[in-house]
Amino acid sequence: MQFGIFSVGDIAPDPVTGYTQSEAERISNIVRVAQRADEVGLDVFALGEHHNPPFIPSSPTTLLAHIAALTERIILSTSVTLVTTNDPVKLAEDYAMLQHVAKGRLDLMVGRGNTVPVYPWFGKDIRKGVALALENYNLLHRLWREDVVDWEGEFRTPLQGFTSTPRPLDDVPPFVWHGSIRTPEIAEQAAYYGNGFFANHILAPNLHFKPLVEFYRARFEHYGHGTKEQAIVGLGGQAFIARRSQDAVNTFRPYFEEYPVFKGSSLDDYMARTPLTVGSPQQVIDKVLTFQQGFGDYQRQLFAVDGMALPVEMALEQVELLGTEVVPVLRKEMASRRAPGVPDAPTHATLVTDKYGDAEPRRPRPNPNRGDNLSGASPYQDSDPAVQANFPQVL
Amino acid sequence: MQPHPAQQHDSPDPDAPVGLVVVSAGVSNPSATRLLADRAAQKAVDLLRASGTPATVGVIELGPLAVDIAQAIVSGFPGERLQAAFERLAAADAVIASTPVYKAGISGLFKSFADVLDNDLLIAKPVILAATAGTARHAMVVDEQLRPLFAFLRALPVPTSLFAASEDWGDRALSSRIERAATEAVLLLRADVGRSIADRAWNGYQHQFGGNATRAEHRVTDVDFSTDLMRLATGGRRDDDAGDHHDG
Repeated sequence: MQFGIFSVGDIAPDPVTGYTQSEAERISNIVRVAQRADEVGLDVFALGEHHNPPFIPSSPTTLLAHIAALTERIILSTSVTLVTTNDPVKLAEDYAMLQHVAKGRLDLMVGRGNTVPVYPWFGKDIRKGVALALENYNLLHRLWREDVVDWEGEFRTPLQGFTSTPRPLDDVPPFVWHGSIRTPEIAEQAAYYGNGFFANHILAPNLHFKPLVEFYRARFEHYGHGTKEQAIVGLGGQAFIARRSQDAVNTFRPYFEEYPVFKGSSLDDYMARTPLTVGSPQQVIDKVLTFQQGFGDYQRQLFAVDGMALPVEMALEQVELLGTEVVPVLRKEMASRRAPGVPDAPTHATLVTDKYGDAEPRRPRPNPNRGDNLSGASPYQDSDPAVQANFPQVL
Repeated sequence: MQPHPAQQHDSPDPDAPVGLVVVSAGVSNPSATRLLADRAAQKAVDLLRASGTPATVGVIELGPLAVDIAQAIVSGFPGERLQAAFERLAAADAVIASTPVYKAGISGLFKSFADVLDNDLLIAKPVILAATAGTARHAMVVDEQLRPLFAFLRALPVPTSLFAASEDWGDRALSSRIERAATEAVLLLRADVGRSIADRAWNGYQHQFGGNATRAEHRVTDVDFSTDLMRLATGGRRDDDAGDHHDG
């Protein structure tokens, strides 16, 4: 079971002090939060993608690559990578490069995001958002698994004899989660490929996402990747922790009540009705155990802890409490309740072992440039000579 | 369009009572808005019983749910009491929707309630539309505001709209309009038009997985895997099969 944090990199005025972080401060601060998560033994740091103020992560691979260089153990991920408005070719390249520099400490979560104007900003049609997500992932999946890809679809220019570089580290693509809050087609795609499925979970009533998670589990089994109990499920969560629960509520209340998303909502309702926990470490532990009870054994629990205008010192303290007082207990408790045969989420190491056993992983070496910057059907010294690429006809 | 097997409901039990649900946005007590709805509901029940069909009436008063409705608009999800109201409405065979007119339009409370309903909650359900006002000058509000609202929801508003200004309560013509509207609703119910439409065309409407509609998809067996998008989800091209080409 993996535990970690996910952040959308939002900026808002601190309702207590009135202070608004600059973009420069927020970027530095989010790096500190990720470093602290690594130091206290959390397993995952996931970063969102936004292309408008007041958010900073427009370029998640750049920021995550920097964090990779400053951390030792933590897996870097995304929450989510926009698979609709980004070119899947560029996603394949950027995340493969990030996977290399992170030495395999990378997976990613693809999704549609929730910001309508992103589509026109990047020249896409939101009415085709689901189809864009599905088609783009189909291509991304192939680009990471086939050295040479011929491809034609509805949404991007065709590819002929295209090789996405660098090839994934050890020729093992990063593990992919599909994030969705309502779309069975996305859950179906996750199940079809044997990928993970992540339910944001927060901002909605407890167990609201259960039908979709159950759907994914059943389809994962249908496609022969394992039993439905073995499907790879991730859930979001949101917590504000203090040793005494009343301190947590008192400290957090202004941040909740003044945050744009929650204005007019009642903190007490949110605590009762949604996965948000504001309270002692034990209260967070108890709440997360209800997730396991409700959704079945799952593989990844991410918490939103650093947003909502919290000053960085407070966010760092949240990460610390999570890593030292909540997660160690949850690891033990959830393991003891876990059914036998339920796998952990795949990591680069397990995927390498699954593919190669004890053998040496493939590390492709390119053939020399033919002079035309086309690599031909055999871009690498060990490329399968039987593969034929279709190149554009030059008359 | 072929019905999806999982969404073909069993034929109605002829002995099961027909469930009518009144939605009233009247806030005073007694409320003319509620009274108008009750009279339409009672007339429909009488007509159904006269033809041998037992019927029940449930009431959803929006006044006590006002804060819940406002909270749901802000937070994006309903509280428990509002969720219970959704479920009662989803289970209704026919609806009597009744609102006061305050400022040249339907009550904001009624519209807010409509705003938090699933788009497919009332598909092909017979609905009697009703409004009350202090002056006959508001008489067209039902047809100009309620009717388009229920058209958006793909419901089946009956041809006769009910409107009662103060003076109408002393006029027997109101009773005959109530009888006409109730008759129309009962004939739609007895012909089983709503159920037939839903049986035959449910997949043609837009739905949300896990929604509140009684036919909403909740399980694998509810889902149609033969769509273009489902083919695309499994690596296939959306255009693999020519013909039927629509965007989910």
